[in-house]
Amino acid sequence: MSARSDLPRWVDIGLIPALNLIIAFVMAGLVVLVIGENPFRALSILLGEPLFSLQGWCNILYYATNFIFTGLCVAVAFHAGLFNIGGEGQAYIAGLGAATPGLFIGAALAAVLPNALSQPITLLICLVCSFLVGGLWGLFPGYLQAKRGSHIVITTIMLNFIAASLMQYMINRVYRPLGMQAVESRAVNDAYIWNLREIGRAFGAKLPSTPLTPVIFIALLAAFAVWYLLWRSKLGYEIRAVGANQDAAVYAGINPARIIMITMMISGGLAGLLAFHEVLGTQHRLVLEYVQGAGFVGIAVALMGRSHPVGIVLAALLFGLLSEGGTQLSFEIQTISKDLVVVIQGLVVLFMGALEQAFHPWLERYFRREG
Amino acid sequence: MSTAIPAIELIGIDKRFGAVHANINVSLAIAQGSIHGIIGENGAGKSTLMSILFGFYHADKGEIKLRGQPVKIRSSTDAISHGIGMVHQHFMLVEPFTVLENIILGAEGGSLIGPALDKARAALKRLADEYELDVDPNAIVGELPVGLQQRVEILKALYKGAEVLILDEPTGVLTPAEADHLFRILQQLRDQGKTVILITHKLREIMAITDRVSVMRRGELVADFETKKTNVGELAEAMVGRRVLLRVDKKPAKPGEVVLDVRGLTWRDKKNIARVDDASFTVRKGEIVGIAGVSGNGQSELLDVITGITRATSGQVLFKGEDVGAIDSAAELRKRGMAHVPEDRHHRGLITTFSAAESAILGYQRNPALGNGFRLNYEAVVNQTRKQMEEFDVRPVDPLLKSGKFSGGNQQKIILAREIGSNPDLLIVGQPTRGVDIGAIEFIHRRLIELRDQGKAILLVSVELDEIRSLSDRILVMFSGRIMGERPPSTDERDLGLLMAGVAQEAA
Amino acid sequence: MDFVLLPEILSSTLRMSVPLILACLAGLWSERSGIVDIGLEGKMLVGAFVAACSASYFHSPWMGLFLAIVVCVLFALVHGYASINQRGNQVVSGVAINMLAAGLTVVIGNSWYKQGGRTPQLDQGSRFLPIDFPGHDALFEMNGIGPIAKIFLDHSILVYIALALVPLSAWALARTRFGLRLRAVGENPQAVDTAGISVARLRYQAVIIAGVLCGIAGAYLSTALQTSFVRDMSAGRGFLALTALIFANWRAWPALWACLLFGFLQAVANFMQGAHLFGVEIPVQVFNALPYIMTIVLLAGFIGKSVPPKASGTPYSKDR
Repeated sequence: MSARSDLPRWVDIGLIPALNLIIAFVMAGLVVLVIGENPFRALSILLGEPLFSLQGWCNILYYATNFIFTGLCVAVAFHAGLFNIGGEGQAYIAGLGAATPGLFIGAALAAVLPNALSQPITLLICLVCSFLVGGLWGLFPGYLQAKRGSHIVITTIMLNFIAASLMQYMINRVYRPLGMQAVESRAVNDAYIWNLREIGRAFGAKLPSTPLTPVIFIALLAAFAVWYLLWRSKLGYEIRAVGANQDAAVYAGINPARIIMITMMISGGLAGLLAFHEVLGTQHRLVLEYVQGAGFVGIAVALMGRSHPVGIVLAALLFGLLSEGGTQLSFEIQTISKDLVVVIQGLVVLFMGALEQAFHPWLERYFRREG
Repeated sequence: MSTAIPAIELIGIDKRFGAVHANINVSLAIAQGSIHGIIGENGAGKSTLMSILFGFYHADKGEIKLRGQPVKIRSSTDAISHGIGMVHQHFMLVEPFTVLENIILGAEGGSLIGPALDKARAALKRLADEYELDVDPNAIVGELPVGLQQRVEILKALYKGAEVLILDEPTGVLTPAEADHLFRILQQLRDQGKTVILITHKLREIMAITDRVSVMRRGELVADFETKKTNVGELAEAMVGRRVLLRVDKKPAKPGEVVLDVRGLTWRDKKNIARVDDASFTVRKGEIVGIAGVSGNGQSELLDVITGITRATSGQVLFKGEDVGAIDSAAELRKRGMAHVPEDRHHRGLITTFSAAESAILGYQRNPALGNGFRLNYEAVVNQTRKQMEEFDVRPVDPLLKSGKFSGGNQQKIILAREIGSNPDLLIVGQPTRGVDIGAIEFIHRRLIELRDQGKAILLVSVELDEIRSLSDRILVMFSGRIMGERPPSTDERDLGLLMAGVAQEAA
Repeated sequence: MDFVLLPEILSSTLRMSVPLILACLAGLWSERSGIVDIGLEGKMLVGAFVAACSASYFHSPWMGLFLAIVVCVLFALVHGYASINQRGNQVVSGVAINMLAAGLTVVIGNSWYKQGGRTPQLDQGSRFLPIDFPGHDALFEMNGIGPIAKIFLDHSILVYIALALVPLSAWALARTRFGLRLRAVGENPQAVDTAGISVARLRYQAVIIAGVLCGIAGAYLSTALQTSFVRDMSAGRGFLALTALIFANWRAWPALWACLLFGFLQAVANFMQGAHLFGVEIPVQVFNALPYIMTIVLLAGFIGKSVPPKASGTPYSKDR
């Protein structure tokens, strides 16, 4: 997105994110101090507590699953020079793609095939549909940018709101069964992703209660696939070229409009995988507002992870830790709301994204003296 | 010669930009109430000199005197307060604003702009009457033709009290009629006692309206004439100089069949000005055709059309006998055997944040040899690049190093290796040795000659006359979008200089 | 459609539009100078929170307003510093401000008041109430004129301030030196720079104005429109205001109409759960989504064109 400096690579990938993180924690600590609590105790609970139990680790991985999807979504778009703020809406609306095959085709398949086959097949169809619906919600602003010059930041913001309204209508009026009080759909039992405890029960083991599901493996697979796409495929090369230098890309015979649209489709699709996870793995039905800000955390994750899949997985784990830690913290110290984590996320986005160059003068001076 | 105190005196101005010595001890006196021309090729130092006068740069050594008084010009605000105004090549105008609003910007004289607008309107009327600078004060600047926009720039300077007006290559964007009107305006200004400095490379303009002309070459002031006592020939020679030829040993060319045939090619820009004007020429197998000319005369636009980045307004481009004018895709042209080393390697030729290996496949990423279908065979790419780097003596031989970290010469060699490596039938090369060290220049020149000896066709564009003369088998000179003429490399510099400066003539 | 409700809806329109108008003007000043402000939402939220807390503590809505403005300006300066001095990505900075605002307001609010982020209910004395001018009771009771007068005259002072700021902004941009220079810097900062005017200074001034206006907007939300601060109370209004700005092509008077239109749609959505048009039920979500849909249609260039200030979003550096 922005120009990299002449600092050594390890500084760029490791030191600066670490520095920014430390500053974010210091500032969050100040906030804790302001509200009259002990910042060190708060931070140690936030960062340490989840690591002391298996359940904590599992929850971290659960959160990380979603953050990997949204982080990859933002990162892929970044590589093409686009800022996709629409991850939240793309993930939300993809819920239609996740639930619908499960609700309508699932039963038919279950009637014809044995459960061991019909479930995976239905799930696969749901996976593909989640990706497609999210992808279309990303393709639309991509098309507007590529062919009509509408700024993608604005259009994706608008589409977030349109998605929210649309989903509210769909879930309330179309998917909610008659007579049901709660605003949600029927349970999607024909496309059911087991969580860890349920898997454990099948094998006779007693595993902790956690929303963690095998979808984490899909997330890791997606991270690998994104790496392969960007650095080992021709399309990925062209995406990165367009993002780095559009003139050079045109010189190389690349069509920027085409690349923008394809990239946004992939980006939206990745966000859509979150819907697959949440709707079928956590909620097992279509509910309102299940994205819960993960789209925006994805921005923080992509910035922290330098838009590289490895960094994104690590950053997603970190933010997963923070999310879990935040919940623990709000239990242990009741005056500290778990929204402290949102403050930390905001600080990370601010420093990694907008104040990126803030430390460069000092760092450059330091490293110039060294080398 | 009058003994009046000169309006401007530049004494011993010296300026370096890193390794480039842009102005070497330049001393120049400009008389009040005159039109003084400064002429020179690219890189001669004229723009730098005037930028120092206008406060954009600070000279390393030397002093400036205005009307006999030494002054320090630290910024353009200083320059403006001393009565120096500048009309830049790229206008500093706020396009959605009206003419009046543009003129008062920075000189509003109060918190409310109402009175300033009235004052400006009155002043504008006065200026229009005095100098033929007619412009509708309420017109939106963005909607005005370029010639009128330039007038707004002049009015801005005059409104702020400019007694000295510097114009940098003002006619580059004008039609001939607009240029004539501009000259009339400049003459009016001169007649009213203003001092005008005209920076240009066009000899016709110099001869037409200047009173004196100074010639700059490679940072030095090499000549200073009273215009009516000199002629185009003398000026051209001074501009271009007699040089010792960097002779590259080469066998005579053996041109074969025509590879590139450009017929009546015209390209008009958004403002409908013909940047390429009815250009026709051929390039054959086994020869190097060099296009000489000061930059900005249509060479870049010509290359863009030929390489498929833009489309011609009229005319034809035939490549190996086929009309390729309709092909918009640079990739398609590459497949057919047309390779292109772009003029601006940083913005087009490579991607500075990519590794050398990734830059080395820019344009060739879809080559089946580098991976089938979706996949890009990373190892193959790196190996191929390493081989190319060794062959072309790129240092360091590190395909994984970021392209931006290589020196200019090595970057150029990477690009050259890439384009030559595709075994093209036609190689188009723009400014191959700009910003490149001597060793790399020699290497690049030798490779180009080798390529030509292998029977390839090469179209070379360069502002370095030496390079053109030492490499080309035939030289074409471009001026104002037109091919002024074709000459053999043995042609006199003065002859080429005249063509480059726009003076058409028969071959000597 | 129930026409009896129309006066209520119109009155509500004006009240709903006020935060939009203020935030929209904030965006106008910022973006016309070339600084993109996605953080209107966050600043408004912070303003609402600070106003509610201060009004509660000092028992004075004016203290609330004052402190809301101060804090919003601080946030605006952070955005300004990141955008102007650090030449950072302005969109990212705005997103960060939104996240910070959302988190900080709840964390601090929860710890101080222990109500899950909510601030205490404000009593009448601590709020901006509709102006109590003599004879207003009698006026509003009158037949015919009464309801109409109520639509326009039964509002707190902030409403009138907001409305007055529209012509003020339009005038300032068009007829003052500051406005001229600000518009210039948003179109061609290099032209401004060569005229000897400081680009950074102008942009900081614009950003501060935006902070002030967002502060007023936030204060209005929690001390006039509502009676306290609740978490996420800005509810997307900042983005709606940004949408209105784009829809209005970055001009002050059209911005007023756009905000009134969007406010109207919000009011309708509130009042009409289950409205019918030609016998077909229109879901309330249509009204919610309509402003965004209309603006996307505009952005796609299908009807008219939306042209932002040319230098908008591009950090300025003196390239020579």
